[in-house]
Amino acid sequence: MARIIAGAATSHVPAIGAAIDNGRTGQPYWKRVFSGFEKSKQWMADARPEVIIGIYNDHASAFSVELVPTFALGCAPEFPPADEGWGPRPVPVVKGHPELAAHIAQSVILDEFDLTVVNKMEVDHGLTVPLNLLFGSPAEWPCPVIPLAVNVVLYPPPTGHRCFMLGRALRKAIRSWPEDLRVLVLGTGGMSHQISGPRAGLINSRFDKAFLDNLSRDPKKLSRIPHLEYMREAGAEGIELVMWLIMRGALDDKVDEVYRFYTVPASNTAVGHIILENRRGK
Amino acid sequence: MPRKQQDYDDIPGTFVFDAERSRQGYGINMFCMSLMKDENRKAFRANEAEYLKRFPLTPEQTRAILARDYNRMLELGGNIYFAAKLGATDGHSFQHLAALMTGMTQEAYAAMMLAGGRKVEGNRSRSEKTKTRKTKRG
Repeated sequence: MARIIAGAATSHVPAIGAAIDNGRTGQPYWKRVFSGFEKSKQWMADARPEVIIGIYNDHASAFSVELVPTFALGCAPEFPPADEGWGPRPVPVVKGHPELAAHIAQSVILDEFDLTVVNKMEVDHGLTVPLNLLFGSPAEWPCPVIPLAVNVVLYPPPTGHRCFMLGRALRKAIRSWPEDLRVLVLGTGGMSHQISGPRAGLINSRFDKAFLDNLSRDPKKLSRIPHLEYMREAGAEGIELVMWLIMRGALDDKVDEVYRFYTVPASNTAVGHIILENRRGK
Repeated sequence: MPRKQQDYDDIPGTFVFDAERSRQGYGINMFCMSLMKDENRKAFRANEAEYLKRFPLTPEQTRAILARDYNRMLELGGNIYFAAKLGATDGHSFQHLAALMTGMTQEAYAAMMLAGGRKVEGNRSRSEKTKTRKTKRG
């Protein structure tokens, strides 16, 4: 039986990718950000996930305004890095797990979450920056990644509660996969930031810290936060945090927080990161 | 038909890219998306006004794009992730755009971010903003 061993969440700021791609990780500004992920890399090496469900959002790369799926599950064998205007990022192609993805689609849709099945998709910094943060820059990503793209660009994104319940449905799907597999669920985006309009630059560390606390201990409380509150308190683009609730919904009610990191800023954004382990023997 | 007021219109300095703005701004965003191709970037740079005729834009949307009035573009249905492609075509960093939208110099904006960003206090709602301003004055 496949088993979710843990969940992780991290911001996916494009400038972090640019710092990696342009060899700027040693500069003091970026060192502050990257140093927060050293322990995570070690944790990942020890945890050895065999599949990652990578929850992220596309930023006008794979999906323009022609087609805006709320939840899109990547069922392809591979997902090349997208050209985001400066050529594709020099990162490995993301290899999927089409068999497990097909199983998830079937299970989750019958569980009343109407996913869009995607058989051809490029993935942008939203997915590849978190992989860099957790794995560094290897020649190949160490395990398959099933991308789950969530619309958080066009308002309204799915509600926090809907995201949390999708996590529950994902968990059920994964548990019903007959093969033994260690699965990591990765939530990305956030934390507080606004990059549009005269209010751009908004950061709310108090909101972010409370969000991290509740993500560990009281995620159901988070799942009731209305969209208006995210946008008001965490910035118009801070609403991306609903994606973290999919990850949390996929975990057990009680988890062990094994690591947390928070820093301001990376470019225009507050960077948050957390690792939550399911307790063993479940 | 005037825009239907939404609860989030009370957030100051913010243009939420909602379904109505998406409908209205389809041409702006598809224009920006077209700039992902080098041949289109070249055609745009050669004659901006002529290139814009390829897209369904209102005269005020066209004016906002030509003037690089990003806030106006957002208000008329542009989305920031799309608009950023126009900024990149112009050779600007994202922080340059962010500073432009806030009316700050890039140096002042960068300094604000390094110091922890824009505070939420006084920026939650239009009424709160007005109150803070009055308190400061008084």
